[in-house]
Amino acid sequence: MSLEILKPGLLTSVQDLGRPNHRALGVPVGGAADTFSLQVANALVGNDSGAAALEITLLGPRLRFTQDAVIALCGGRFEASLDDLALPMWRAMRVAAGSIIDIGRSQRGARLYLAVAGGLNCPSVLGSRATALDGGFGGWQGRALQAGDRLVLSDCFSLGRHWPRQSIGLHLARWWANPAPALSLDPVAEIGLLPGRHPPTDSELLFGTEYLVDSRSNRMGLRLDSETPLSISAPSTLSEPVSIGTVQLPPEGKPIVLLADAQTIGGYPRIGHVPSADLPRLAQLAPNDRLRFVPNNEAQALQRLQQLDRHLQRLQDAAKEALKD
Amino acid sequence: MNAVAQPGLSLETLGDSAVLAVLGDRLHPELNRAVLALAAELDRQRPKGVVDIVPAYASVAVHYLPLRMEAPAEQSRRKIESWIRQTWSQLHWEAQRDYASSGEDVWNQNILPVPVCYGGDYGPDIEHVAAHCGMSVDEVIARHSAPIYRVAMLGFQPGFPYLLGLDPRLETPRLASPRTRVAAGAVGIGGAQTGIYPLPSPGGWQLIGWSPLRLFDPQRQPATLLRAGSRLRFVPTSIEDIDNLPQGAR
Repeated sequence: MSLEILKPGLLTSVQDLGRPNHRALGVPVGGAADTFSLQVANALVGNDSGAAALEITLLGPRLRFTQDAVIALCGGRFEASLDDLALPMWRAMRVAAGSIIDIGRSQRGARLYLAVAGGLNCPSVLGSRATALDGGFGGWQGRALQAGDRLVLSDCFSLGRHWPRQSIGLHLARWWANPAPALSLDPVAEIGLLPGRHPPTDSELLFGTEYLVDSRSNRMGLRLDSETPLSISAPSTLSEPVSIGTVQLPPEGKPIVLLADAQTIGGYPRIGHVPSADLPRLAQLAPNDRLRFVPNNEAQALQRLQQLDRHLQRLQDAAKEALKD
Repeated sequence: MNAVAQPGLSLETLGDSAVLAVLGDRLHPELNRAVLALAAELDRQRPKGVVDIVPAYASVAVHYLPLRMEAPAEQSRRKIESWIRQTWSQLHWEAQRDYASSGEDVWNQNILPVPVCYGGDYGPDIEHVAAHCGMSVDEVIARHSAPIYRVAMLGFQPGFPYLLGLDPRLETPRLASPRTRVAAGAVGIGGAQTGIYPLPSPGGWQLIGWSPLRLFDPQRQPATLLRAGSRLRFVPTSIEDIDNLPQGAR
């Protein structure tokens, strides 16, 4: 009764909502980079929002289910198929034992979440099943998945929910989720920016530049590239705590936006902070995607966070209702 | 140590979900002591919605969930800020000063002995450090293992201690080009700082020794051997004696 990894893809790991509450020990929060898509995927298959799922990056894995399972794919737009049948996104589906699923390249976005009803049953470490890739703990053996790994699945059909009765092939739920407008994957992402301690000397340059996402970006940070480097007038500071979304400016003048696996403390100047509502969009930026910063104030940031939260809540309520009968 | 007046408190937002309380912009033991006192006091009476309180050299971050507090979201930051200000004003600065002068430590009375095998393969940069500082390798070891260090903050890696107390004569600039892999337990000097790598990682510090202590073990409770405020000293130990340490001492 398991999910077998036949090919791992570029970077596939077990993630949940991470382990806040341990930052004082220097432990990054971690967890899904795009928590919105993870939570919708979990809602569609009837899981708690913090259940562990697969986070798939840029190029997906080839997977085999040794048991019937109910799954959902949410996040970036990826090629996905089961025996040459294209799989829909943002929709629950029942796959039969023996099914092989191929997740291909992302067509738009960077990360896809594959949730399985019942959740992925890795041991909880420091309160979370998320893989800490740098720390080498949590998730599946503290590392990205490799060919030959077999993740144990719980039997979701004993959970007392109604799933389509069928034991061969593929069965799609009659309903699906619409991620818009909470998560758009427009070619040029507009990302809000709240003020930081060290504003750049030329703010017109910051807000007028279309940044290119560098291929050295990872779960710790999104590295941005542009022709003209930014500068700040402030001297370097002592290392101070940072936040997910903090935009740091290293001496070379190219911003780094911190993502889920960011260190808890940083020494680079902080030119601004991305509002929480924009973190899912940020996590969906792939190398060579483009980004433009838009000045935000706190009221706007919180209003957008509330909208995102309400949208998620509505999807969760609707999924719960649909799974009842 | 020069006495400092009670530091002023300034507040900075780190986006929409964190406030940074800044007590200064210098690396100073008394400032850091005030930071730890403030962090401990904030930790004692966390309001709903606060997820992390993170002390650093001269600042403390409060991470919170603006939509999960008692107050409406648009008031969340002001609530957090007034809670920090109030907590700070209630701290008895004089009492902290007394701790400082008596050498007592409210957080941890114990001084953790950290066995270190200095030099050789375990500390490949020790001769470079000795040459840079104009002293013998033995003197580097003696000066590095003499002080009682205090952990100013944890960061960089889970359980990575930034230590206060390095003999200024041992200051050595970081490597021009960082190593792609430093072993867990490596003891290094980076500028005016010294510390121990809890996990394997890339690193730019001058490596002078290695310790078998597991500074971070996510399966252990607590997961880190040290926390901000902990004190330790380094004990030069031969690799044979390290091999003979009981398992529990590691």
